[in-house]
Amino acid sequence: MMRERYINAALLGGLLLVVFWAYTGDEPFTITLATRVAILALAGVGLNIALGQGGLVSLGHAVFFGIGGYAMGILASHAQSYQPLTLGPLVIEGTKSMPLIWLTAMVASGIAALLIGLVSLRTGGVYFIMITLAFGQMFYYFAISWPAYGGEDGLSIYVRNGFPGLNTLDPIQFFGLCFALLLAALAFHAAFKHAPFGLALNAARQSPDRAQAVGLDPTRLRLIAFVISGVITGLAGALFADLNRFVSPTMFSWQLSGELLIFIILGGTGRLCGPVAGAAMFIALEHWLGGLSEYWHIYLGALLLGVVLFAPGGLIGIATRREAAHD
Amino acid sequence: MTEPVIETRALCKRFGALEASRDISLDLRVGEIHAVIGPNGAGKSTLISQICGGLQPDSGEVRLMGRDVTGWDVAARARAGIGRTFQVSALAMEDTVLQNALLGAFGASGRRLGLFRPALRYRDLRSRALAALDRVGLAGQAAAPAAELSHGERRRLEIAIALTLAPRAFVLDEPMAGLGSEGTKEITNLLNELRSEAPILLVEHDMDAVFALADRISVLVYGQVIATGAVEEIRANAEVRAAYLGDSA
Ligand SMILES: Nc1ncnc2c1ncn2[C@@H]1O[C@H](COP(=O)(O)OP(=O)(O)OP(=O)(O)O)[C@@H](O)[C@H]1O
Ligand SMILES: [Mg+2]
Repeated sequence: MMRERYINAALLGGLLLVVFWAYTGDEPFTITLATRVAILALAGVGLNIALGQGGLVSLGHAVFFGIGGYAMGILASHAQSYQPLTLGPLVIEGTKSMPLIWLTAMVASGIAALLIGLVSLRTGGVYFIMITLAFGQMFYYFAISWPAYGGEDGLSIYVRNGFPGLNTLDPIQFFGLCFALLLAALAFHAAFKHAPFGLALNAARQSPDRAQAVGLDPTRLRLIAFVISGVITGLAGALFADLNRFVSPTMFSWQLSGELLIFIILGGTGRLCGPVAGAAMFIALEHWLGGLSEYWHIYLGALLLGVVLFAPGGLIGIATRREAAHD
Repeated sequence: MTEPVIETRALCKRFGALEASRDISLDLRVGEIHAVIGPNGAGKSTLISQICGGLQPDSGEVRLMGRDVTGWDVAARARAGIGRTFQVSALAMEDTVLQNALLGAFGASGRRLGLFRPALRYRDLRSRALAALDRVGLAGQAAAPAAELSHGERRRLEIAIALTLAPRAFVLDEPMAGLGSEGTKEITNLLNELRSEAPILLVEHDMDAVFALADRISVLVYGQVIATGAVEEIRANAEVRAAYLGDSA
């Protein structure tokens, strides 16, 4: 427990150090890479609540990532074209304000998670995986076939959205914003885990019979956790779109859902900073090995295999020399 | 006479061709320990599942303090006052002993489960959980992960969790299964104290414990209750001896 705390601090501190080094050395691209790590880690923190705490192997979390991305893309594109969005009698002005976009992204992905959860949580195990995957594919193909917002080609936003008091075009400031949100999500996860709800959710994962026998409803607990999880991943999607100033259907792809799972398994399922370690490792491999060979996923696969076979506690598990993912 | 705490009326349950419950009517009365005995596969756990809500009977009725609860799910029946233990321990193994007990305290309190404040900081529930652990002699291991408990300690933790519910009835499925004579004696003493708190429906194989504890005994064979009565009646019952007790009793 103590040990893991030091490792978490070292991990987050290390990310800050890299950014500091890149900032003083004038390497904006490295700052962008670190921002990617922070955003993908944030998406992973969302999934980690469903997977690590709730035991829900969702292969459809890209749905929420994509909804967050399109919330940004749609609102910002209406703002940049000065044409309000009309939904029947409802007329919505576009916006370039990050807080408003985030709120929209979180509400929209929360609603989607509620609906998807209501359907998919009736099942368990491999059926749950398949149903979440199926929802992911539905959203993916819907985005491709929806011409209003770029269809398959995606949608570009020319200027990054604004945040009061910050110049978000400055890479270091945008990184700071994303990193702060990551810290907030991690703080939430840490509190959540030991709060009554987290306790009940974790118990329902370990022994649904036990949870029911004390009067708790495992399905309800999982549904709430799934919604919380989707909301966090949706927020990360909005940030990711703003980082790239571009949204496309690939944000909904099952490969992305798989990558989110990989971050968590690499880092250590259920570990607070597992997604941070996993996302950092992923981006580092992609950056270094991707330069050497376009088939760098081979090495990622080998690493993943090694972790799953020899270190089920993930990278953080190796560092703390403990396999159990939960304290 | 006051109403029975638990009552089953003509419960029938089939698994394909197998009749696991045949017309089972029995009750658990205020203040008593009612033991259900019977050979392996007689349908004891199946009966318990129907009482606790995990299995729906094909026909018949389960009543809890006079209310028909046949359509209720497990969680609702637990909140209504059934405190059960499992034949095979069902615990959150990664969690500590205290967290396991707290789970019961939260479940029973019916409170909204908070997202932020640590569960251990809910003083009243924490002391309720600790008191239950103390009753079963596990207060010293409160901080240990449940996975590190011995088999006997796990059996006692199950009982402690049931205690945190402040149940109207205990329903215990072989609480002494797999225990040595020492462990059996401890649980026997513990159950003897618990009877003042709530009546106990006790499924148990250990005949010494059953004869020491029970006020009444029902004998279940092939899904059917072949006899119900006070301890002496059951001991003396020839049919029971033939079917189950053998000549040793
Ligand atoms: N879900 C099920 N599906 C099919 N058959 C079942 C099921 N549950 C129990 N059975 C069968 O019903 C019969 C009664 O099982 P039950 O577990 O109730 O017996 P028991 O009296 O508790 O036995 P034991 O003393 O071994 O615990 C057994 O023959 C068992 O194989
Ligand atoms: Mg049984």
